[in-house]
Amino acid sequence: MQRTTEALTAPPLAISGLSVAYQKKPVLRNVSFQLPHGELVGVVGPNGAGKSTLIKAALGLIPKLAGEVQVFGAPSASQRKLIGYVPQRESVDWDFPTNALDVVMMGRYGHLGWFRRPGAKEKRLALECLAKVGMADYANRQISQLSGGQQQRVFLARALAQDARLYVMDEPFAGVDAATEKAIIGLLQELKREGKTVMVVHHDLATVKEYFDSVLLLNVEVQAFGKTAEVFTTANLAQTYGGRFAYLNQQDAEMNESGAASGIGRG
Amino acid sequence: MTDFWIILTGSLVATCCSILGCFLILRRMALIGDAISHSVLPGIVIAFMVSGSRDSFIMLLGASVLGLVTVFLIQLFQQSGVQSDASIGVVFTALFAVGVVLVSLNLRQVDLDLDCVLYGEIAHVHWNTWTLGGTDMGPKAVWLLGFTLLVIVTLVSLFYKQFKLCAFDPLLAAAVGIPVALFHYLLMGLVSMATVSSFESVGAILVVGMLIIPASAAYLLTDRLGLMIVISVAIGIASTVLGYAAAYVLDASIAGCMVCAAAVLFILAFLLSPTHGLVARKLWRRMNQQSL
Amino acid sequence: MESFWSMLTDPNAQWILLGCMLLGLCSGVIGCFAYLRKQSLMGDTLAHAALPGICIAFMLSGTKSIGLFLVGAGIAGLLATFGIGWITRYSRIKSDAAMGIVLSSFFGLGIVLLTQIQHSNYGNQSGLDKFLFGQAASMIGSDVTIMLIVSLVIVAACTLLFKEFKLLSFDPGFAKGLGFPIALLDQLLMFFIVVSVVIGIQAVGVVLVAALLITPAVSARYWTDRLGVMVLLSGLFGALSGVVGTWLSSTTVSLPTGPVSVLAQTLLFGLSLLLGPRRGLLAKRLTHRKAKLVLQEEQRMRATVSGKGGVDA
Repeated sequence: MQRTTEALTAPPLAISGLSVAYQKKPVLRNVSFQLPHGELVGVVGPNGAGKSTLIKAALGLIPKLAGEVQVFGAPSASQRKLIGYVPQRESVDWDFPTNALDVVMMGRYGHLGWFRRPGAKEKRLALECLAKVGMADYANRQISQLSGGQQQRVFLARALAQDARLYVMDEPFAGVDAATEKAIIGLLQELKREGKTVMVVHHDLATVKEYFDSVLLLNVEVQAFGKTAEVFTTANLAQTYGGRFAYLNQQDAEMNESGAASGIGRG
Repeated sequence: MTDFWIILTGSLVATCCSILGCFLILRRMALIGDAISHSVLPGIVIAFMVSGSRDSFIMLLGASVLGLVTVFLIQLFQQSGVQSDASIGVVFTALFAVGVVLVSLNLRQVDLDLDCVLYGEIAHVHWNTWTLGGTDMGPKAVWLLGFTLLVIVTLVSLFYKQFKLCAFDPLLAAAVGIPVALFHYLLMGLVSMATVSSFESVGAILVVGMLIIPASAAYLLTDRLGLMIVISVAIGIASTVLGYAAAYVLDASIAGCMVCAAAVLFILAFLLSPTHGLVARKLWRRMNQQSL
Repeated sequence: MESFWSMLTDPNAQWILLGCMLLGLCSGVIGCFAYLRKQSLMGDTLAHAALPGICIAFMLSGTKSIGLFLVGAGIAGLLATFGIGWITRYSRIKSDAAMGIVLSSFFGLGIVLLTQIQHSNYGNQSGLDKFLFGQAASMIGSDVTIMLIVSLVIVAACTLLFKEFKLLSFDPGFAKGLGFPIALLDQLLMFFIVVSVVIGIQAVGVVLVAALLITPAVSARYWTDRLGVMVLLSGLFGALSGVVGTWLSSTTVSLPTGPVSVLAQTLLFGLSLLLGPRRGLLAKRLTHRKAKLVLQEEQRMRATVSGKGGVDA
């Protein structure tokens, strides 16, 4: 588990020339970027832009057509304990016979190795993580009896239990209530304070500026990547979203009116 | 003594199958269990033709290999775009057909009764005993099933957390470095083993019933995986005992009665489970309506 | 080839040939809709569920008549589909497990009834168990006549109701909105599946009858994206394998017709899997390689462009 500090100075996630194709058309083409240390990074793009694919490829869960993925200077397969992963909520069966605490303990399975079983230490840690997302009272609740937002928080607690240095989250804000959204963003801020890097696939353009330090605009290829203030511009968004941008312009006008759009208007 | 051996054999089958069944239904692979139980036939026949005897672990091996081939082919076809249940159907019917043809072509050499493959003959279990150094060690089927159960219990308890995570969230399992494919094939290999060792005594259909029915009933009775496995085993054994009693009274197929007993227990769980049962749900709804 | 002609002149073999061909045709046609409704294994479930129905029909009537068996199996099949519906609707059990539960429970019950029949003195019981494993060779003229009628009815109904079934398979909600009696059509389709399963059981047996419904439909899907063509191809594949199966099994003693037909279908499936024009493995391998080449080409172009840019700057 111990890594040399030298390895940890390498970028948390460095992707170069990544291409992925399920069928004829590439889902990702020639994607290259490096995540900076200790930032919250949003990944934004239209449906079918390859956001989830990017995450799966970064974790080494799907085969690549070409390119290289490095996590803290080494292939992701050898750095699994440094990565915390929050899959989309719909990807699991919430009827599974297990409770919230147990799901959070699953975050420790990677650290336990082949034969060790989760014990008192793991349980204590899992309870702490549940408390951090405000779900301590629900530890023994069967997971199908949780609301969508509560399920999402359990998933986040599980990622916390992984005690990683790089967090990768696939749409954690999708379909959650306002309280959960607040809890999640508080948690992201705390992770950032602890010097961890978080990459979040995000859908709601209205909150990007508020939530993220950097942003990656993706539509099969990287459209723009950099500090949110510099990159999250009307022109870049128009380029990323193509023809579907009418409604965004409207939003942009509102933003200009409120004077909040410092970086917009350069394009 | 006969009764004892039959009930013991049935209980061993039920235990092996109910443990594995829990993972199968949670992974939505109940019908893959069905497919494996049919498609091991050619494996048994080939192993029999090669080894020339029906009492060997070679048969177990041959059939387990065929079980894995089944799973592999099903996945291959799924990945190439065939719907999952259709690819299951294509694979197991094809392999079963190969098995039937092999049996028919070698009818004289192969002393396998096709009826027995489907219905099993648990009543004859105690005739086929294992003698070691002159002492009668009891029925061979019991030893084979005992060995299988030992392997299943050892592997499932050693790798409980892996099996659980692979069933609940395979994506996370892969992300934390658990070899998901390995555990998938391990589970399938165990299912094939359980199927084959149960084959002669109870037949393909009882295996399917024991794989799916007790686990499904247990799924309705608890919200914890560990407990679900225990309840599933208990239901499996209970249906063995009840089924044998029913078969004795009715003078009917023992294997068939055991499956029917399991089905009755399932219906009870379906109706009366305190948390997920039909009656409890109706009552809750009525109470909610009244409180409104 | 000689054996093929000699088979054609043998009146007994003619019946069997005709029966297997018709069976393949109608199962292939109806199987397409089952496949598109994502109910391929329904055929398997219904085949197993038919057993208690057949046994009860035999116990009540005391005769082995395919017509009565159809009625019994039809009722049992209907109960089985209701059972699956209830289990999935009123509990958290998923449809695959529900099918497994119903399949094995009904078959278990069927075996119990079968042993009851064997142990009591129903005179004409011999061969009832053979019926379950399938013995195409035992088919006689009257069986084939019933097969002929049933297949014609099914094929005709599928032709007449083609657009309704198409809509039902593709978008039942929309069909309901258009005012089609969806529940009725669904039941009708299920009824056709039951019927083709029951007539199929006699030829190929309980286990393999699922293949008649599934395999031709899956194979046909590889060759076309149009439902009409798919149904046609699937029926053709089914009929062809029926003929090949009968022919091959007539050349060798003790080679059973049913399993050989199923293997013929599997062979067709294998060919389709490999050679299908767009979905086949070969075609896919080619497009994958092409995608990789295009990508490499693009990257080379980009490299030269940016290289030039660097020089210019």
